[in-house]
Amino acid sequence: MVTTTTRRRAAEGSKSLSLRLNYRTQRYLFIYLMLSIPLLYFLLTRLFPILYSFNISFREWDILSPEKPFVGLDNYYGLFEDEAFRKSLKNTFFYVVVGIPGQLAVGLFAALLLQNVKLLRGFFRTIYFIPYITSIVAVSWVFRWLLMPNGWINGQILNLGLPAQPFLQSPDQAPYVIALSMIWQSVGFQMLIFLTGLEGIPKMYHEAAHIDGANAWDRFRFITLPLLNPIILFSAVIAGISYLQSFAHIVSMTQDGGPLNSTRTLVYHIYKLAFKNFDMGSASAATVILFVIILAFTLLQLKLLNRKIDY
Amino acid sequence: MNPNTESIRLPDDRRLSRSYANQAWLILRYLLLFVGVAVTLFPFLWMAASSFKEPKNLFDLSLIPSPATWNNYGDLFVKAPFGRWFANTAGVAVVSTVSVLVFDTIVGYVLAKFAFPGRTIVFIFIISTLMVPTEMLIIPWYLLASKLGLSDTYAGLLLPGLISAFGIFLMRQFMESLPSELLDAARIDGLNEWRVFSSIAVPIMKPALATLAILSFISSWNQFIWPFIVLQTESKYTLPVGMVYFSSEMKDNSGWILIMTAATVSVLPLISIFLIFQKRIIQGIALSGMK
Repeated sequence: MVTTTTRRRAAEGSKSLSLRLNYRTQRYLFIYLMLSIPLLYFLLTRLFPILYSFNISFREWDILSPEKPFVGLDNYYGLFEDEAFRKSLKNTFFYVVVGIPGQLAVGLFAALLLQNVKLLRGFFRTIYFIPYITSIVAVSWVFRWLLMPNGWINGQILNLGLPAQPFLQSPDQAPYVIALSMIWQSVGFQMLIFLTGLEGIPKMYHEAAHIDGANAWDRFRFITLPLLNPIILFSAVIAGISYLQSFAHIVSMTQDGGPLNSTRTLVYHIYKLAFKNFDMGSASAATVILFVIILAFTLLQLKLLNRKIDY
Repeated sequence: MNPNTESIRLPDDRRLSRSYANQAWLILRYLLLFVGVAVTLFPFLWMAASSFKEPKNLFDLSLIPSPATWNNYGDLFVKAPFGRWFANTAGVAVVSTVSVLVFDTIVGYVLAKFAFPGRTIVFIFIISTLMVPTEMLIIPWYLLASKLGLSDTYAGLLLPGLISAFGIFLMRQFMESLPSELLDAARIDGLNEWRVFSSIAVPIMKPALATLAILSFISSWNQFIWPFIVLQTESKYTLPVGMVYFSSEMKDNSGWILIMTAATVSVLPLISIFLIFQKRIIQGIALSGMK
């Protein structure tokens, strides 16, 4: 980067050396002045708190006692001995594992349906996008009511002559129901990303394959899918990070992450540890674990995306 | 569908059968798209319809309320300070949007249009803060807010959202399209750097600023975890926080009709904003999501 900067500067310099020197001081003053407040802000509200989190995670940090003794990795050991934490970690991975493919598949399907549609295209795009911009809390309560034992969905199931389902009351069904509601809310966003990606695929590839006699499925498998690969990866990571952070759905759709902790997520567990048990040490250790998982996700993406794909 | 495919010579019978297949496929396509519309809109329709039902008709499963009543909306504002929560949410969203607009535009502009030592490092630093989950910051924010006396205050609520790394990224993307020649011309005309920014760059970038404003308004309106933690006094709640406490209480008293009314009140303003500005919003999200 240093070499490109100097090279660029040299190039600019030959063009208008005198002009540039006159403005140089004023320009740098402007740049650093404008950046100073935002940089200070990010240091204070982002970098410093992160370091503080690491610090807290190595201490026994009861909010009520003034002593915060250093305990090394005890908080981390404690977490992994805690069954509720292990369960919440497992549940969080469940949401990731069900959520990512669900969101990608439905989003891609919607984008493919919409791709060559001319009539009402804008209408469909707008409608599908609405759930993404609405409050999770409000929407979750609507779902909760629809899914009640005597709610609308069970009403329809009974009309079909089938037995009513417990949905959110059952530890077996609740995680799937919540994952579905998360997918429902993100499909519009995913579709938009795929639509943009599909526009970037040159039409002639499809035409050439068509002349060669490839059917629609083959064209999808051997042209569309490989060319969408970078977008699929990117989306999987973005989606993965958001499923790892599930919280508002759990607060609104379940009774304390139940039934039987079947829906409790990592972030919900962190919330309980920190703000119900006031055990900031363990809670911070859990946030560090979350941070490491998200970091691993992001690095994996960078690694995979930087890999050259040849066709 | 694609005009170019028409020019490809196919045997007549094959072309004919293809056009029938295409038609069938097109109908199926629209059918599926409308099923999607139904699945997407039904929860909202059910929510809105329920808000017009009489509370005693709680388990009426028809989509059209009969008799329909406006009373739930009146009740809602009596049973809980929904008007206050609404004003709080709007106020917080406006203040943080203005702040984000000012700072993110400047930083995006500087990062896009100037070469200076440290530019890459500054950019990477700002962008890498996006990788840190909010949940990791909540505990230190909370402890610091308590120490500084900012717990349960609007200042404490607003503080973490005054500048957005995401917005800086977005503005930098937009600002790259700004022609440098234009800025240089203004400089030659004797404008100082601040004037170049405020009277040349900002007016040209108005559409980008509008996009950022709408996106940050929406995300502030919907933000949940930090307000949920930092606010303790009922009168200070924002809509999503108030909604959680109100609904948890009401559901035990079969207050589902009122919960649906509350959900309608908290969702409707945003849906309206979205429908008005949807082109901008979709463009902004596509741009920042992709690159």
